[in-house]
Parts: sequence; C-alpha cells; structure tokens
Amino acid sequence: MQPFKFIRAQDSHAAITAALTNNAKFIAGGTNMIDLMKLNIEKPTQVIDINGLKLDKIEIFSNGTIRIGALVKNSDLAYHPTIIKSYPVLSEALLSGASAQLRNMATVGGNLLQRTRCPYFYDTTYPCNKRAPGSGCSALNGYNRNNAVLGTSDKCIATHPSDMCVALAALGAVIHVQSDSGVREIPFNEFHLLPGETPQFETTLKHGELIIAVDIPAIAYGARSHYLKVRDRASYEFALSSAAVALDIKNGRILTARVALGGIGTKPWRSLAAEKVLMGAVNNEQSYRTAAEAALSGAKPYQHNAFKIELAKRTLVRALATVGGMS
Amino acid sequence: MNELVGKPLDRVDGRLKVTGAATYSAEYYPGNLAYGVIIESAIPKGRLKNLDTSVAEKAPGVLKIMTSQNSMSLHFPAGSDPGNGKYAEKDLLPLQSERIFYGGQAIAVVIAETFEQAEHAAMLIKADYDKDKPVFSLEKNIDQAYKPKQGLGGSEVQIKRGDADNALQSAAVTIEETYTTPVYHHNAMEPHATIAEWKGDELMMYDATQSVMGSKNLMANMLGVKPEKVRLISLYIGGGFGSKGFSWPNTVLTAMAAKLVGRPVKLVLSRQQMFTNAGRRTQTIQKISLGTDNAGKLNAIKHATTSETSFVDEFVEPAGIATAMLYSSPNADISHSLVRLNKGTPCPTRAPGEAPGTFAIEAAMDELAYKLKMDPVELRLLNYAETEEQKNKPFSSKNLKECYRQGADAIGWKQRNPQPGSMQEGNYLIGYGMATATYPANRSASTAKAILFADGHAEILCGTQDIGTGTYTIMTQIAADAFALPMEKVKVKLGDSSYPKGANSGGSQVSASVGPAIRAAALGAVNKLIKMAIADSGSPLHGHKEEDIVAANGRLYVAKTNSGESYEQLLSRNGGKVEALATTNVSTRQQEANPAAKSGAEEEAEKESKTNAVVQDDEKTDRKPYAFHSFGAQFVKLRVDKQLGTVHIDKIVSIMDIGKVLNLKTAKNQIMGGIIFGIGMALMEGTGYDPNDGRVVTRDLAQYLVPVHADMPEFDIRFIDKPDPYISPIGARGIGEIGITGITAAINNAIYHATGKRVRDLPVTADKLI
Ligand SMILES: Cc1cc2nc3c(=O)[nH]c(=O)nc-3n(C[C@H](O)[C@H](O)[C@H](O)COP(=O)(O)OP(=O)(O)OC[C@H]3O[C@@H](n4cnc5c(N)ncnc54)[C@H](O)[C@@H]3O)c2cc1C
Ligand code: SF4
Repeated sequence: MQPFKFIRAQDSHAAITAALTNNAKFIAGGTNMIDLMKLNIEKPTQVIDINGLKLDKIEIFSNGTIRIGALVKNSDLAYHPTIIKSYPVLSEALLSGASAQLRNMATVGGNLLQRTRCPYFYDTTYPCNKRAPGSGCSALNGYNRNNAVLGTSDKCIATHPSDMCVALAALGAVIHVQSDSGVREIPFNEFHLLPGETPQFETTLKHGELIIAVDIPAIAYGARSHYLKVRDRASYEFALSSAAVALDIKNGRILTARVALGGIGTKPWRSLAAEKVLMGAVNNEQSYRTAAEAALSGAKPYQHNAFKIELAKRTLVRALATVGGMS
Repeated sequence: MNELVGKPLDRVDGRLKVTGAATYSAEYYPGNLAYGVIIESAIPKGRLKNLDTSVAEKAPGVLKIMTSQNSMSLHFPAGSDPGNGKYAEKDLLPLQSERIFYGGQAIAVVIAETFEQAEHAAMLIKADYDKDKPVFSLEKNIDQAYKPKQGLGGSEVQIKRGDADNALQSAAVTIEETYTTPVYHHNAMEPHATIAEWKGDELMMYDATQSVMGSKNLMANMLGVKPEKVRLISLYIGGGFGSKGFSWPNTVLTAMAAKLVGRPVKLVLSRQQMFTNAGRRTQTIQKISLGTDNAGKLNAIKHATTSETSFVDEFVEPAGIATAMLYSSPNADISHSLVRLNKGTPCPTRAPGEAPGTFAIEAAMDELAYKLKMDPVELRLLNYAETEEQKNKPFSSKNLKECYRQGADAIGWKQRNPQPGSMQEGNYLIGYGMATATYPANRSASTAKAILFADGHAEILCGTQDIGTGTYTIMTQIAADAFALPMEKVKVKLGDSSYPKGANSGGSQVSASVGPAIRAAALGAVNKLIKMAIADSGSPLHGHKEEDIVAANGRLYVAKTNSGESYEQLLSRNGGKVEALATTNVSTRQQEANPAAKSGAEEEAEKESKTNAVVQDDEKTDRKPYAFHSFGAQFVKLRVDKQLGTVHIDKIVSIMDIGKVLNLKTAKNQIMGGIIFGIGMALMEGTGYDPNDGRVVTRDLAQYLVPVHADMPEFDIRFIDKPDPYISPIGARGIGEIGITGITAAINNAIYHATGKRVRDLPVTADKLI
C-alpha cells in the first residue's frame, strides 16, 4: 500500500475542496476502497473520510419521491419500512449482496462506485486495461466465467458487480452530485459508462464530485417488484445473473414493466427492449420468455461464460413469473 | 475408570479463542520486532534477470531486502517424513538461485520496521525476467505422465490383485467413466505465520505448523544448527488441513531474514500468497472401470488416477488407495500417474487421496447401481468387504452395515422413488444419494510426560499440537480420567518442541497416537504416587498392597475401608511432585504411507516405559494381523432448481464408525467440518487458473468459494461408538479426515437422482445443470 494523507471532512465544502487535489479519494464504508488500496490498485495520496457529512438520512417527499443520503448504510436502506413495503426489489437486492457485516459498513454512494470483480483487475501482475490503460485485457481470452456478455468491448468485458444498482436501474433512480460549481442530477442510466475504448472510465462522475443522494421517483406499482439473484453459493457471492423487475398488471395484461439485469452486463443493465415487449403483453410465461429473449438479444459469449446467456433469460423469466403471480 | 472420556464437553480453550486471548503464531511481540514481506515471481517459468531494489531500499523503514545475493545458504533437507520435518519442495530451497519454477515463487523478502513499510517497499521493487515456456495444463500434457514408484513415506501407489483387465472383458455388466476434480487450496483461516529470533546460535521460533517437532528438526537441518539449539512453539493453530503439514518457504525465510537483520522478524503470508506458496490439492483425472456379474457382484475394479506434481518435488495424491480395500473383488488394479507442471508442489489436503478418490469410486458405484437397476445400498451390501482383501487381513473392527442401516432410516431412503428425475416439488427436483466413507486408522509412536503437583493439579507435556480440532480438550479428558482428577485440575500443554515428542497432526492420527501415551504417562504417575504412599510411614496407606489402593477424585484410598488421603497431602510430605514419562511405540502402519511420525522417542522415556504396565500392555497387543480402518455412510437429500440449476442441500445424515468417541461434541464438529469441505468440493470449490500462463487467478475468499452458513443443510451426525479392540486401550481411531470422504459422491449421486443428469466434473455448478 502506498502511504497517504488522511483527513476527516466535517462538511461537503471541505470534502470537495480537499478532493480537488491530485490523487484524492473519498472513503465511505471503505469495504471496497481499502481492499483496492491494499492490493495497490487504488493508490490515492490523499484520502478523505466523508463519514462525518451527515448524508445518512432517508427522506420521503410529498410527491412520493424517496431521497436516500449517500452515506446511508446498505443495511439501513434494506430494512427501511417504506423500502420494504413500496420497493421490495431494492430491499431484496441489497440483502442479496455481500454479507451482513459488509452491508453494515457499505454505503449507497460507495456501492454505486464499487469496482469490478474481474480477477485480473485484482492482480497487478496481469495486463488489465481498466487498471492499467493500454496494457491489454487478460480476461478476453483468459479465465472469464464470471465476466460479462452484454455491453462488452474488445478492451474490457468486466461486469459491474453491484446488486443494489440493478434495482436502482429498474427503478429509474436519479443521482445527486455536488462539486465546487454546485449540485447536478444524473439519471441512473447516464451514470455508469460502457467500457468501449476506455474501460478505465466507469462513470460520468467528474474528478472531485461528491455523491450526496439518490432519489427514487414514485412508482405506484413498486410494491409488485422482485429481485432474483442466481449465484454459485447461497450467500456472500456476486451474481452469475440477476434480475430486478416491477410489473403493473391489470386484468391479466401488463401495463408497464421495469426490467434490469445484473451479473451479465458491463454496467447495471436496464433492458428497455424487454420492457417494450412486456408493455401491453398478456401476463403469462410466453410473454416473459419473449421479453427475456429481447433482453439478451445482443449478448456476446466468451469462452467460459456462454451459459450466462441462457441462465440470465431463465433468471428473468422466473423473476417475472414471481411478480406476475403476486396477488 | 472412564468418566470424562466420551462426554460432549466444551473445549477447554474455547473461551480463550473467542475472547482473542489464545496466542496464535503471529501474535507474539518480542522486543525490536521487524516485519518481512515475501516478493513473488510474476512468471511461471524462467530466470530472474534483474531485481531492481534501489527505490525500495530507500523507502521509509526498510532494513534490508533479502535476495539470493545476500541470503544465507541453506542445507538440503534430509527427511521426507512430516513427523520428522518435511520441506515441501526438496529441490528448490528459497533464495538460493535465480531459477523460477512456478508463479508465486519467492524471489525476495523485504524486511522493514513495520508491516506497512514492508508492504510499501514491496510495491517499489521491479523484477525483470528471462521467460521460458511453462508447462501448466494437466490435460494437455497427459502424454508426459509417468508412474511414480511410491507415495508419501514410501507407500505403495501401484497396487494389483488378480487380473482386472481380463476380468473386465468377461464381466456381464461394466461401467467405465472418467471423473475429474479441480485444484483445491486449503485456505485455513489462519495464514501461515512465523516469528524467528536468534539469540547467539540459538533460534526461537513461533510457527503455524501441524508438526512442532518436524518443523523444529527441519529448521535445524536446513539452517545447519543443532536441533537442541532450536525451539519452536505453536500453541494455537487456526486450521491446517495439510497445508501446515509440510514446511513451506515462509518458515525458513523468516529465520534467514532474522539472521540477516540481526533482529526478530515476523512474516505472515497474505491470503493471496496462500494460493501459491503453501501447497494445494492437485487436480485429478480418475478413470474408473467396474465389472460385475448379472447379479451385481464385483469381479473387477480399476482406478487409474492422473494428477499433478511439480518440477521441484514429487507428491502423489493417492486417490485410488481406498478403492483397493473398499469392496470385495477378486481383481483390482489401482494405478497413479503424475505430470510435472510449472506450479508449486501439491501436498496433502484433508484426506489426501480419499477425498477425490471416494468421489470417483462412489459415484461410479452409483452409476453401476442404476445400470443394474439395483438399490445403491443393496449394491454395496452385496459387495461388502468382510476382510481387507488387498492385504488379506481381517479388519480390527468394522461396523459399516450398521452405518448403512441407520443412515438409510434417518434420511428416509425407503420413501424415495428410485427413478431419477421422478420426485418434484414446485420448481424443484428432489434427489436422494448415498456413499461410503472410509479412512485408514493410523497410530504412531508418541511420548508424553505427566506431572502431579502438591497443590492437587496435574500437567501433561507433549510435543504434539492442537490444529484447531479439539486436541487440548480430548487429551484433558483422557488425562483427567487417568489421573482421577476433575477436568479443571488438569492442564495439558502441547505445541512446544521442548516437550517430549508427540505425533504430528496428519493422517488423523493424533487421538489414536497421543491419547494412549498421555494415558500411560498419567497412569504411570498415579502408580508412582501409590508406591510413594505405601512407602511413606506417615501415610494411612503405609504398608498396604498396591492392588488394594484405588485413585478417585484426587485421592488414594483402600477400596474396602475408604481410608486414605489426598494427592496434596501425600505430595506435600514427599517432595512436592511426581513425574512420569511414557512412550507408546506402536504403529498401525507397517511401512505404509502416511504423514506420520516415526519412533524417535527419547531414551529416558523408553527406559521408564519398560516398567510402565500400561505401556507394556499396550505394546504387547499384536497388531500385524489386522487392517485398521474407519468407515461411515453418508446420506443426502437435496433439491435442484429445475430451470436455474442451483442445488440446495436439505439434509445430510452421516453415520460414522470411528471406534470410541472421545468427546461427542468435538467429534461431531470434526465430521461436520469434513462434510462442509465435501459440500464445497461437490458444489462450488475449485481454484481458477489463467489458461494462458497457468497462474492462479482466484486469489482471495471472494473469488475462491467455500460454503457459507446459508449453504448449510440440517445435519444428523451419529456414531456407532464401539471401541476398536486392537488400536489402543482407549479404542479411539482418528476422526479428522473421514468426514470429507464419500460426501462429495453422495451429493453428486443425489443430484443425479434428482435430475437424471450425471456430472462427472466437479464442482457441479448451475451452468452444468441448466
Ligand atoms: C467480500 C465482498 C463481497 C461483496 N459482495 C457483494 C455482492 O454480492 N453484491 C454487491 O452489490 N456488492 C458486494 N460487495 C461490494 C460492496 O457492496 C461494496 O464494497 C460497498 O457497497 C462499497 O461501499 P463503501 O461505502 O464501503 O465504499 P468505499 O469502499 O468507501 O468506496 C468505494 C468507492 O466509492 C467512492 N465513494 C464512496 N462514497 C462516495 C461519495 N459519497 N461520493 C463520491 N465517491 C464516493 C470511494 O472514493 C471509492 O472509490 C462485496 C464486497 C466484498 C468485500
Ligand atoms: S475484463 Fe476489464 S477488468 Fe478484466 S482484465 Fe479485461 S480490462 Fe481488466
């Protein structure tokens, strides 16, 4: 680990000012940052502890929007009564992630920015374009069972590992960020980037910008939602594939649908194609399957992960069937 | 008297462990302690051309960077027996040359004032290599396979009886299938850790090891100092599973680093380094051929295993060994082949051989049962081995039929529909599976010292160790019974090479080997006490006959009259303490293979043992006519998600015949731990390698999956609990490894029963079932 300076910011202004220096990094729960620092992947020379910023509230506005502070712990969010009742998909996604200890430390802001679990990214003796731009992608023709099949490029095929983000993508969340020039809002789908030619850039967050909150706009049918995660063991493991779905159903027809997939994409994968198929469709298995085919239509398999395409479809079908069958 | 042995008592060190008070090897802080960090090779084969340490040397806190240029030279280790010290890679002593045989090989050690400074400096070192083309794929180099002459400790690994090939040709029903298992890494919670401190020519070490005696001897041997100048302590060990049975570079490097900087040095492997520098279980490719008559009676068994070894040592995973004795068959052919790869040397891992081997043979038996349209339990009963047919000896004790019967009852075997894929519940297919578990019952020589003190407490000293299995606890039970004292009056001291030599923790032999020595020493001390009382004119027992005096609750008395006195009273008049040494020089192995200690007990102890009736009685038993094995039956009920291919185990029943149970709680705990290893093997575990350069890529516990709580089924673990009449006066065989045997096959067989799909390549992950 590289030696670094450490400060505890007392307010957003102090944090943002400190972040303007070169090589500065915020630290929230530290559950991802500290591991990456120990492995010489993140090498900040200035670490800014933002835990004193009081961004740990969950507010509910009169229009139904829920505002989640960036420092709200993953477990506090998962067990918030309104979230459990109105957006079970988000609560379930959070609780399917990591372990209880990690969720007690991990924050919403940190979760949005957690980095890939591609094994080569973690070993500095291997080429990796995301970690060392231009060095090559070891996973492309390497050990890639857990890598992505959607949104890949020949520079990087790493998945975005978050569960929470898949639910937030489905819910169309909005991210609030603050810099020395004020506050701006980023729609969820515009927050994470595809790897393209530059996998080292993962979000549209600018250097020194601080995430302060995430808004979930009201969705009337949010209670009819579900997160399903398929993985190699029952807990404490990232998704092979996952699906976040919400359905608005009337008289056996799906009026509106929200669909996002995890474990298979280079970013949290909202599938507008699947949503389009479902909109107006009969609420039955056949519609789910057609939607799943649409969601995965552009998928590209690599040597060890071709199974993910069929698995992701089945995951989505099961998640839709679960919500479709809710009373 | 047998009061405490067998009881499900809590661990005597449980509180120390959960409160953090138990000191593991990395948890000592001698004055002026420095910290070492190993630098690893980033290539799998070649030569270190240049190591640029110029920047690192100037980094804050750096004391020295130890390389092949400035490290002390080492002596090639002599032995290959873990009990006396086995270096894992006999042809590759660390930092003695520039040659590189595998990725992760140690190429330097940074020594600094603090751990953080050492880590920081480590990232500033630049290595330049001359690369060679490595050989790393077992499958692709199978044509390079050779047949090793022998396995660990000179054991036989090419075994034949009759003519299996011929018998197969005339068999009415045959099965021929290949089963494969990936590489496994032990991943004990406690990483390998060492502290070394030189005081003149004396060396003090704390080392996480399964053999304090072996590790001490080996260090003396490699460093060129006299064994009596080295003391090695390992009071608490956070698991070993075989990875701490051999000695890896970290231990000797710590001693070398301490010498170089003239200060005590601590060196702990990182979790990542545990995947390259601390052994592994090899990948296996196992071909099984079975032939039966129309009724299902076996006529031929073949088990051919190909596994990996390295270019710097040879280790055979004896996967076929159990197959040689598991079932009755006139013809058997067990063979092992090795391929040398540019990877570190494999080593024993919990049930080396039996764990992957019983997966293959027991899955093949299941396939055979379905092919014969026979109940898998019936097939096993039909081919039940009443004797050990390879050695042509009766078993010392075998109650496997009872294990099958109890297991089948407990899982509800009869209620299942034997047709594969026939049992459904919603989205799930239900499956039942079973398999046989087996592990040899090893016993080797051990010495222990017993001391009774005038304050009424007693101590046992023995140079074995508790690797986390509960050895302290069961030895306290055995000793307390023998001393006729309550548990809390007995202190068992292990894990120090200055104690009399105890067995190493390998081959499930500690309970069977050390227990009798401790018992004999304690009974010897009590006997001395009785003699003391008879001779003491101040004692109410003065002049009584030895055989009339009994010991109970810390008191000696005449059985008929109850007149007597306490140990305290007697000892306070007679010099304050009584000591006894006992060596039980017994082996169940007769030059068979296992990571176990040879005799080597101290002369004094051997001399005293000649007059110890308990030892004499024990050694009198002729063990040569018997084969010593433990057995068990594993039964599994599980569910497979029809569409998603995920497996959920509902229940595991494990009925074990391991001789006398010493402590029901620690015994269940050992079996459960083994089963959990087996769940890992069956469903998720396996090291990932880069297909292009053959180095490990799954180098932490987020990437290398082992089962977690949420994966746990309901466990029903039971014991037959019949003492083995021949292994020792206590009757306990070992228990550390048998739990992992058979279970992987039982799960695999249940998956087949649920789905009708046979997956012969472990682990059975969702992708193989959808
Ligand atoms: C073993 C393990 C298993 C896991 N399993 C899962 C899983 O199954 N599913 C899953 O979804 N996740 C999983 N995680 C990841 C976990 O969810 C993340 O580590 C966690 O959410 C990160 O949050 P944090 O607050 O600890 O972030 P930190 O580690 O503190 O920070 C992460 C990044 O976010 C930046 N950052 C943090 N807060 C802000 C802010 N307010 N503004 C700007 N930048 C900020 C930091 O600078 C850093 O770059 C796992 C993690 C581990 C270690
Ligand atoms: S997939 Fe991305 S993260 Fe993985 S090695 Fe390639 S570039 Fe690096």
